[in-house]
Amino acid sequence: MNRFGLILAKSYIGKIKSRSFIITTALFALAIIIGTNFQSIADIFSSDRNGGEGRWEVVVYEEEPQIASLIADQTAIINSSIAVSTQEKNQSVLEDELEAGEFDALLIVDMAESGKIKAEYISESLTANSYSNDLQAALQTIQSNIAANRLGLSADELATLNLPVSFAESAYVDSARSAAELDQARGLVYILIFVIYMSVLIYSMMIATEVANEKSSRVMEILISSVSPIQQIFAKIAGIGLVGLTQLTIWAGIGIASVYLSEDSFEGGIYSLFDFSSGSIVTIVFAVIFYILGYFLFASLAAFLGSLVSRTEDLQQVLLPVNLLVVGGALLAFYGLAEPETALITITSYIPFFSPLVMFTRVGMLDISIWEPVIAIVLMLITILLLGWFGAKVYRGGVLMYGNSSSIKDLKKALQLSKREKTS
Amino acid sequence: MLHIDHVTKKFGDHTAVDQLSLEINKGELFGFLGANGAGKTTTFRMILGLIDSTKGSVTWNNDKIGYHNSQKIGYLPEERGLYPKMRVKEQIVYLARLRGMDKKEAEKELKAWLVRFKVPDYENKKVEELSKGNQQKIQFIASVIHKPELLILDEPFSGLDPVNVELLKEAVTDLKNSGTTIVFSSHRMEHVEELCESLCIIHHGKPIVKGRLLEIKRAFGKKNLVIKSEMDLSELKDFPGVVKLKTVIGGVILQIENEDVSQNILQSIQGRGFIRQFSLEEPSLNDIFIEKAGASFE
Repeated sequence: MNRFGLILAKSYIGKIKSRSFIITTALFALAIIIGTNFQSIADIFSSDRNGGEGRWEVVVYEEEPQIASLIADQTAIINSSIAVSTQEKNQSVLEDELEAGEFDALLIVDMAESGKIKAEYISESLTANSYSNDLQAALQTIQSNIAANRLGLSADELATLNLPVSFAESAYVDSARSAAELDQARGLVYILIFVIYMSVLIYSMMIATEVANEKSSRVMEILISSVSPIQQIFAKIAGIGLVGLTQLTIWAGIGIASVYLSEDSFEGGIYSLFDFSSGSIVTIVFAVIFYILGYFLFASLAAFLGSLVSRTEDLQQVLLPVNLLVVGGALLAFYGLAEPETALITITSYIPFFSPLVMFTRVGMLDISIWEPVIAIVLMLITILLLGWFGAKVYRGGVLMYGNSSSIKDLKKALQLSKREKTS
Repeated sequence: MLHIDHVTKKFGDHTAVDQLSLEINKGELFGFLGANGAGKTTTFRMILGLIDSTKGSVTWNNDKIGYHNSQKIGYLPEERGLYPKMRVKEQIVYLARLRGMDKKEAEKELKAWLVRFKVPDYENKKVEELSKGNQQKIQFIASVIHKPELLILDEPFSGLDPVNVELLKEAVTDLKNSGTTIVFSSHRMEHVEELCESLCIIHHGKPIVKGRLLEIKRAFGKKNLVIKSEMDLSELKDFPGVVKLKTVIGGVILQIENEDVSQNILQSIQGRGFIRQFSLEEPSLNDIFIEKAGASFE
């Protein structure tokens, strides 16, 4: 095996076998499994409440029953998991029973002469407020029906009165995304931004730590006399990059398998955001490209910064600029999710350190022409090469330099140490 | 042949190495002496191509030393360092392979070296579990396992106990006898005197003494004369040909200009009392250094 392969294999295998890798991979995989089976898990907990059926038991109290029976019918239409019943006990008895936990909520209703309904909803806590919303909706319908009756309107006439406006959105550009598509894209982009952001932070830190460790254990001087710095840097970056891809592949695999095997239905609600249908394939391809480029960019920066410190304790300090750039990029990207067309987002999407997140947001959210991401990608490639070249110079000097401080001065010193001078 | 040609290294205004020229032949064991900060490590780093010289050039068999021929070079840095959490075998095999060695062969060589250094059961120990002296042995193995043609040892014996120093000296001598060119640095004169035929003493970046050990001593001319006697010998200070007189327990050590002076002294003190010892000795490197550098070495 050549030297590049050796170093790559060592960084890769060393990390894969490490305890921290196994633990984080397992923990996150567990989170994915729980996330994809959340409904089933939640059902386990909710079903054993009040003897099993998992329905929300509401008792209606009305001093002179007029509408209590209507509430049960109307609620059943809106939300079948609410069980409404009436009991002929007085209010204070019912309140005591509620506190004793015999049912979940008490609804005290009263209809005035005018037909206006007053209702009070009492429950142990108001966290399950979708139930009270449903009850409120039921009461609203009943009130409208009674009012319509008094005015002598038929059911059809009432329906006409309540007819919603038909409101459709469309953009005149053919390929522009519909609102629903945008929501979908937003969900996907959100996840991918998060993945890129986390990976870049974690893995560039890993690289810097490894370089600093080799330096602080002084094994670096042997390494640097065997293998050229640029080979070392890129072999390490590639090795750790593969660690990242391995981790992501494991997670994605578990995620897909888990979704596939799960008994939860992933329709509607939050899951509509993650619909991997047409259009999102392009987004995912760009995500992979920007993930890899972003990783290389920040990793090469981290590698040479790591070579400047002699103790791992000083790492945080020199890595600060890297972290700021990543966090800045993430903030811009999140802003871009809401306002993808502003000038700020457009401009910053071409700045190499922000491109992976911001240009990706634009690609995901807008229909920009292909040359825009291509320009950003080319700019990033150039930056990576420049960083690699400059980084190798700093690395060469930096690893021979041992001192306490870690600053711009060190950078200059490192460059001086590695300076190629003309033989005369 | 290692050829160092008028090499100078400046760090800003500071000159670390000044106009150093050396020729080290194949199979030679060359001693590189100097106090801390004299420029030894900088010179080694320039030989290895880790840093570039400001002026001058270094060649090995008419080729610059670099990554293309690193499999022929062995280096034991002054600052010892291995991966603390890695096992000895994994680590040595990895480093040997980085120097272009085959995995199987590296494993075989490692076994042989561990046996030789009387630590055969260290193969699967983590480096951090070993004592400092034993870590040094492992480090030494790392620098020679790939059978380099040129071996650079920066302070190989520092921090070792006498038993281990002997083990390492033997290994170094054997390597030399098998044709390896070895350059080693030390601030211990006696190690260099014992092992090297040729040497160079560097002081503040400048070579002040260099050449073959015997010739250096011969050229120095002055000899040491040790006289142990009950007599009061302090008057010998003014004896013609005596350069220096140092009183030690039970006698004196004289530095004399040449051998003949010793015979004159012997005649003049004969019969005046009981002489327990009267011996003519070669000057030590330390004497030569003090004379040339005008300062004490350590």
